[in-house]
Amino acid sequence: MESLFEFLVAAFLVIAGVFGFVGSFGLLKLNDPMSRLHAPTKATTLGVGGVLLASMLHAAAFEKYFSVHELMITLFLFLTAPITANFIAKVHIHRQETRDTMPEAGGDDHWATHDTPEDEERRHPTLTPPTED
Amino acid sequence: MKLIWRLFPHPLLTLLLTVTWLLLVNGWSLNSLVFGLLLGVLIPFVTQPYWPNRPKLRHPLKIAEYILVVLLDIVQANIIVARIVLFKPNADRRPNWITIPLDLKTPEAITALAGTITMTPGTLSADVSDEGHALLVHCLDAPNPDAVRDEIKQRYERRLMEIFE
Repeated sequence: MESLFEFLVAAFLVIAGVFGFVGSFGLLKLNDPMSRLHAPTKATTLGVGGVLLASMLHAAAFEKYFSVHELMITLFLFLTAPITANFIAKVHIHRQETRDTMPEAGGDDHWATHDTPEDEERRHPTLTPPTED
Repeated sequence: MKLIWRLFPHPLLTLLLTVTWLLLVNGWSLNSLVFGLLLGVLIPFVTQPYWPNRPKLRHPLKIAEYILVVLLDIVQANIIVARIVLFKPNADRRPNWITIPLDLKTPEAITALAGTITMTPGTLSADVSDEGHALLVHCLDAPNPDAVRDEIKQRYERRLMEIFE
C-alpha cells in the first residue's frame, strides 16, 4: 500500500515536470508573441496542478492529515493567471496591431483596447458633459 | 429587513470569505470560524461602493458541473497543446484570431467565460469589443476557426448562460 502511494506521488511529480518543461520549451520554440503567451498557461494548469495533487496525496498518505492549502493555491492561480495573460495580450494589441490589422469586432465597431475617449463620446453623447469655453 | 441588506450587502461573498478563511487556516476550530465570519462581514461592508450590483445566480448547483467540465477539458487540451508545441513545426501551425459573438450580458458571466477560455490551453481571450458584444480569442493552432468558436459557445457559454441568466 505504502509503495502504491509513493508511486502515485512520483507519477504526479513527473507529469508536472513534463508539462512545466513543455511550457518553458514552448516559450522558446513558438515564433510569434501571441502564440508564445499560450505556453505559460500550460505550466500553470497541469504543471502546477500536478505538484499540488502530489503534495495533497503525500500529506494524506504519509503525514496523516488532510491539507486544503493546495486547493487554495489552485483557486488563486485560476483567478490571477487569466488576468496577467489578458494584460500581456492587451499590450501586444496596443503596440503591434492597429484597427485595420485586427479581425472584425462582431457587430461592434472595434476592440476595447483601441477605444478612445472620442469613440466613447460618439457612442454616448449624453454621458459626457459639454465642455465650457 | 432593509437594515439587514445594508449590513450584509453580499451574503454570498460573506459565505465565500468565511469558507476561504477556514481553508487558509487549514483546520477546524471555533476561533477561526468566528474570525472568518468577522472578515466575511467586514470586507463586503467596506468594499460595498465597488460592488453596486449583486450578480444573480439562477442555478448555483450547476457551477459544480461547470467546474468539472472545465477541469476535464484542461487535462485534455494540455495534452493536445503539448503535442503541438513539441512535434508540430512552426510553419505548419495556424495561429488565428477568432471572434466570438456573445449572448451573455452579465459582466461577471463574461469575465468567467474569458477566464475559462484562457485557462484551457490552446485558446486565450485577448480583448472584448467596445460595446461588449464580442470576445476576441487567440488560438494557438486553429485550421478551422468556426469549429473552435462553436465549441466554446456550445460547451462553456451555454452552461454559463444557465448559471447566470
